[in-house]
Amino acid sequence: MSGFNVVQPGLLTLIQDAGRFGYHGIGLTTGGPLDREAFFWANRLCENALEATALEVSFGGLVLEAQVDTRIAVTGAQMPLKIAGQEAAAWETHAVKAGDKIELGFATAGSRAYLAVAGGFNVAAQFGSTATVTREGIGGLAGEKIQQGDQLLCAASGSEPRWQVPVAARPNYGKFAELRVILGYQQASFDSVQQALFFSSEYTLSDRADRMGFRLEGQPVKSTLDGILSEGICHGAIQIPADGQPIVLLNDRQTIGGYPKIGSVIARDTARLAQLMPGAKVMFTQISMEEAHNINCLETRRFMTTELVALH
Amino acid sequence: MRVEIAGENALIIYFGEQTDPRISAQVQQAERLLRRQLGGDLIDMVASYASLLVIYDPLRTDHFAVRSAIRQVVDGLEEHDAQAGQVVALPVYYSEESGPDLADLAKSAGLSVEEVIQIHSSQEYRVYAIGFAPGFAYLGEVDPRIAAPRLSTPRLKVPRGAVAIADQQTAVYPAVSPGGWNLIGLCPTPMFNPDADPTMPVQVGDRVTFRPIEREEFIALGGEL
Repeated sequence: MSGFNVVQPGLLTLIQDAGRFGYHGIGLTTGGPLDREAFFWANRLCENALEATALEVSFGGLVLEAQVDTRIAVTGAQMPLKIAGQEAAAWETHAVKAGDKIELGFATAGSRAYLAVAGGFNVAAQFGSTATVTREGIGGLAGEKIQQGDQLLCAASGSEPRWQVPVAARPNYGKFAELRVILGYQQASFDSVQQALFFSSEYTLSDRADRMGFRLEGQPVKSTLDGILSEGICHGAIQIPADGQPIVLLNDRQTIGGYPKIGSVIARDTARLAQLMPGAKVMFTQISMEEAHNINCLETRRFMTTELVALH
Repeated sequence: MRVEIAGENALIIYFGEQTDPRISAQVQQAERLLRRQLGGDLIDMVASYASLLVIYDPLRTDHFAVRSAIRQVVDGLEEHDAQAGQVVALPVYYSEESGPDLADLAKSAGLSVEEVIQIHSSQEYRVYAIGFAPGFAYLGEVDPRIAAPRLSTPRLKVPRGAVAIADQQTAVYPAVSPGGWNLIGLCPTPMFNPDADPTMPVQVGDRVTFRPIEREEFIALGGEL
């Protein structure tokens, strides 16, 4: 089987499926796409299963050469896309031919793009998933980010059908995100003044932001606890270390930790956070568990019922 | 027992506030029973010292149903045998060559190197949690005489198999990684092998003993210096 040759890997390109679940017991984290919504759209455009293996391209700079005829789609952050030297639109399916160069420039809005191929990339799963977690050396190709000369295997496929995500369904990637938070964990150790400060202050995304977690800078918030007995950390948990600066923990987080946590950001909003660049601003808004549940159900339903536009 | 919200699809159950084999045994029992009770609604769980994080599929269930399942399971918990896990003996080559912090630790504890080795290897430790990195097992509790705080400057590279102490916890580093624990020896047994079944020699709830070995045996068992 052939597929794509990596001519230039870009700053950080990772093989990802929907993530690795059920292995926290041996210390494995979840991995998976930082922006699930954009990842799912890319797979839908290629008529794949939603969780099919695709590429997460952080910041851009990826150049591939097709060795087969197939279809691809790019979603997520705005990165100028060229196929065989021709500008091509994101959020839609494109036919590619063997020998075509696929070039993704650097992001002009957002920071994570997803490149899916018809049928998905063919990568051996490790612990039930192809998701790459470089910190663990697990998943992807030998647990590493994509390197120059890597072969990304996939089957050949026809040039049709091609689809487009309706413009109204595409997110805008700006320089600000509102992050909806459910209070939880050690929230009682943050008194009402600390909670009021947390929810009324604007925070700046620092450059200490990676797939493990995003560190924010701004109004410090204080817990009455110095540390806690190490415990399980869920996706989106907001850890507050002694310096009072919040860290939102993401897909490659450590599965256990001993810092107090005020609550967790919902996944829909960690996806927005992960699209921001250092220097961007965020604010936290409190919602209830029931509201979070409703948002998730409604948004999932909206995603599933939004029809793609056929291209001819 | 107390249940708190962790995230939009996660609850955390607290069984106590301290490191205690009986509490840890309750966590493991609850984990086993909840796995059965929740079936396909469950996404993953993290058992730790005194808590159990339960992550569920929010498109199949909600926190009311999961709380009710937790209530049923916890009501059925029996006084559990804290000694139920298997006992795993791990060989350790303790020396200043393989444990660069051994001499300092002994000095600040006011003990000889031999005494530190004797104390560390003469008790049984419980696996309280697995995390930090794949296969990293938190073992407790270390004799207070040899408990030592984390290094003020963590090492960028701790070797695979390093046997280490931080406060009253001890562990074997499963892979090369950064780390701030005090290194006292090397263990030749792989703590995490993604291609083996099982991938780890221990699981939460097991008990671990350390058996001092000499340099020759360490090398013979596949250890690398």
